[in-house]
Amino acid sequence: MSTATPSTNVLKAADFASDQDPRWCPGCGDYAILAQTKKVLAKIGADRSKTVFISGIGCSSRFPSYMNTYGFHSIHGRAPTLVTGLKLAQPELNVWMVTGDGDALSIGGNHLIHMIRRNVDVKILLFNNRIYGLTKGQYSPTSEHGKKTKSTPMGSPDMPVRPISIAIAAEASFAARAVDIDVKHLEYVLERAAKHKGSAFVEIYQNCNIFNDGAFEYATDKLTKSDTTLYLEHGKPLIFGKELDKGIRVHGMNPEIVRVKGTNDPQGPSLSSSPADDLLIHDEKAENPSLAFMLSRMRHPDFPEPLGVFRAVDQERYAQLVRNQSVDAVERLGKGDLQTLLRGSETWTV
Amino acid sequence: MSTVIESAETDGASGSPKPRKTLPAVTIRFAGDSGDGMQLAGTQFTDTSALLGNDISTLPDFPAEIRAPAGTLAGVSGYQIHFSSNDIFTPGDEVDALVAMNPAALRTNLKSVKIGGIVIVNEDSFSAVDLKKAQYTANPLEDGTLGRYRLVKVPIDKLNAAATADTGLGAKDTDRCKNMFALGLVYWLYGRPLDATLGYINKKFAKKPQVASANTKALQAGYNFGITTELFQEHYEVPKAKLASGLYRKITGNEAVALGMVAAAHLSGKELIYCSYPITPASDILHELSARKNFGVMTFQAEDEIAAMGAAIGVAFGGSLAATGTSGPGLALKGEAIGLAVMTELPVVIVNVQRGGPSTGLPTKTEQADLLQAMFGRNGECPVPILAATSASDCFSALIEAFTIATKYMTPVLFLSDGYIANGAEPWLVPDVDELPKIVIHHPTAANDEGGFMPYKRNEDGARPWALPGTPGLEHRIGGLEKQDVTGNVSYDPANHEHMIHLRAQKVAEIKPAGSAYLWNGPQSGDVLLVGWGSTYGAIRAAVQQLTEEGVSVASCQIRYLNPLPEQLGEMMKRFKHVLAPEMNLGQLRMLLRAKFLIDVQGLNKVRGQPFTISEITRGVHALLRGNLNGHMVSVNDGPAPQIEAINDEG
Repeated sequence: MSTATPSTNVLKAADFASDQDPRWCPGCGDYAILAQTKKVLAKIGADRSKTVFISGIGCSSRFPSYMNTYGFHSIHGRAPTLVTGLKLAQPELNVWMVTGDGDALSIGGNHLIHMIRRNVDVKILLFNNRIYGLTKGQYSPTSEHGKKTKSTPMGSPDMPVRPISIAIAAEASFAARAVDIDVKHLEYVLERAAKHKGSAFVEIYQNCNIFNDGAFEYATDKLTKSDTTLYLEHGKPLIFGKELDKGIRVHGMNPEIVRVKGTNDPQGPSLSSSPADDLLIHDEKAENPSLAFMLSRMRHPDFPEPLGVFRAVDQERYAQLVRNQSVDAVERLGKGDLQTLLRGSETWTV
Repeated sequence: MSTVIESAETDGASGSPKPRKTLPAVTIRFAGDSGDGMQLAGTQFTDTSALLGNDISTLPDFPAEIRAPAGTLAGVSGYQIHFSSNDIFTPGDEVDALVAMNPAALRTNLKSVKIGGIVIVNEDSFSAVDLKKAQYTANPLEDGTLGRYRLVKVPIDKLNAAATADTGLGAKDTDRCKNMFALGLVYWLYGRPLDATLGYINKKFAKKPQVASANTKALQAGYNFGITTELFQEHYEVPKAKLASGLYRKITGNEAVALGMVAAAHLSGKELIYCSYPITPASDILHELSARKNFGVMTFQAEDEIAAMGAAIGVAFGGSLAATGTSGPGLALKGEAIGLAVMTELPVVIVNVQRGGPSTGLPTKTEQADLLQAMFGRNGECPVPILAATSASDCFSALIEAFTIATKYMTPVLFLSDGYIANGAEPWLVPDVDELPKIVIHHPTAANDEGGFMPYKRNEDGARPWALPGTPGLEHRIGGLEKQDVTGNVSYDPANHEHMIHLRAQKVAEIKPAGSAYLWNGPQSGDVLLVGWGSTYGAIRAAVQQLTEEGVSVASCQIRYLNPLPEQLGEMMKRFKHVLAPEMNLGQLRMLLRAKFLIDVQGLNKVRGQPFTISEITRGVHALLRGNLNGHMVSVNDGPAPQIEAINDEG
């Protein structure tokens, strides 16, 4: 049911809350993402009546119930299909899809890939907690190799997928990563996604404090995160570390961690040093996705994990392309006349 | 069928006139390799006959393989045409004239030819190698196999090569004109003009004048061969049929479905978005609609069957007309998402062009074995209204009715067709657009309750409001979890769940048909009532006609609305001593009728990938009247079980 907040006035974050109380576990990372999303919607001046949240199945997929916008909590893995249909019917709607690592990458992997390659205009929030939470703790497609869970007591034999690698392989026009409790940065990434036209894929590291607590501790712990993560900024060199003393250089086809020349070497002599000029400069607008793909392969503990926008390029959007064909058809053939069509090309009279 | 009713006309166009006999109706079949162009020859003959004013009914029959090894039994493709001066309802039981382009085509099709029928063979293709591919140990043209038929041996390869020799094309290209030679010959045999096919050739090959010329020459050579050869002593004509007056065109079931969708868009003033994944035999609907982008129609070729259904739900949520089309295996994949459409009460029309199953089954052959899947093939208590079209042309109106029901009651609707009517053609009295019923749709723009907008507050039809995203003030959430009545909020309350189950069931149970719930032929009471559904209509109706002429007390009821079933059907069945349900399955409608009405319905069942012939049904009725029952079933053969031939026989 709806509440009666007028949707034409300037709205605050709280105006996007529905009358349903969130039922996620206390301490779940989902709360932070819900809060930042509402904040971003208010910030960009979103119209509640033109905003739609669509989800599949899983903890994250309860999200639409808590938003005072239009919403559709669909079935497991199939949210991208509903999004595609809805955007074909109403291309102007502001559509967000909320999904998880199981929903998007396991049962719905096929649909996710095809929606992204079509560049359907939708913001995709993939809550990655590396576990199945709603079904109480089985390993997911992003769980690390060897992970012990209820369904893998001897450790997972599966190799994990990397969500951003999948998105980029599917020709994503926008791919980014954020962390649930790094709320300022999350807000920045969500705002960037909100403003992108096309499929905006956002992987959010989300802590499941019940079934996989601490999965991203390396990326959130104040003591370690400056060494284990790296903030991407368009046009800037890839530098990280508490003292901003380390950087990423491309050596052959591979990234390599180097000490930025002129800084102290905190890691000892194993790192070679390099002048800042030689570091990889981030280019989120690069037409060739190879560098973005390379960044998506950088994983803890071998590398700092990049956060921010990996890729943001302008590409034609699916619903527009489909509708342009309709416009072209009318221009070339004229607006169809049903009676003529029913008559067909060959008729006879009795 | 081909009783001679008058004779002694002569062929004025011929130098050596041959007598022309008038026949009331004829069934012919073109058969050859799948690369021989038999489907084209068949459709051209159909078009020409339709334009001449015959009633027509066709049965294309082709293998699932695009090109099975040439000359083999597996690669035979056939096209049967029944053309008549009377109303006809089926593609014909027996073939009056067969054109067999090779031994494999002869072998697989000969048993359909009536005794004394004409068998035209391409004698150039009966070499030892060709015979071996068809698993013949002796040449059937010489060993007496064809003694009971009027065999006409024509050296089609040589005659075609000679006719097309001066076109400048290579032998490989001219050889491809053989079907036109055969068609020309059959045109002469049945007194058909060449104009329509010549027009087709010139249009089709406008940019390839040599190819156009070769095809034209082959067609004319075949026609002239009929005039001059001594092989035929006579030829025939089939006068115009006395159909209701008006403007006619030829139409297949898949075309009619597609046109029904375009019409539904027009009649509702909405855009229609057809979401589908390619599957035989439904793909032609997608092709047809893809070419109608100037009619407010869009198509979405999804990544799979599930995506097609999910996208259709998204389309419906967004307020456009939503449809998807598939065949049996695809319907199985869509099941979960259809349940979502039931739960969220959104209008989607799901077309199932049934084919032989289970699993991949017989993709290019017809069957009616998805009725119970349509009724029950989903988890939970998940009622979906079901309509079944009774003929190719009925697909048009039935499809419009499906959208009327879907949008009026806010529900997915299953529309059942099958391979037989999907690909079969018949004449269609072109409707007047202004006389088609409008599809009236209401989208709310204001709250429907003091407490705000209630997405599950129902109207007198049990339908919830279709509020569209983009409408200020009506923001709401729907989904697959159980809904609280009225508010639509997620609810796990046991009593509410049962209440909602009943509401959804009641809504569907109380649907009023938007067209004829059933088609009745014959008296209101008597000895035998034939109850059918879907594409068996033609054969059942024709059987009733024949049986009535024989003095049997029989009527038929063809059900168009299978869910909910017509309430009065129980009373109607009780007025007959016997009720017999002919179906191309093992008794799915029979099971539903017995369960719902507690009537001892008997079955006449055939599951061979081929439609019923009229005589199979008349024989079944006679068997029933003699008490020749096996359990609750009578055999289509009225005797021992059919012999399964050891050879790989597609016929």
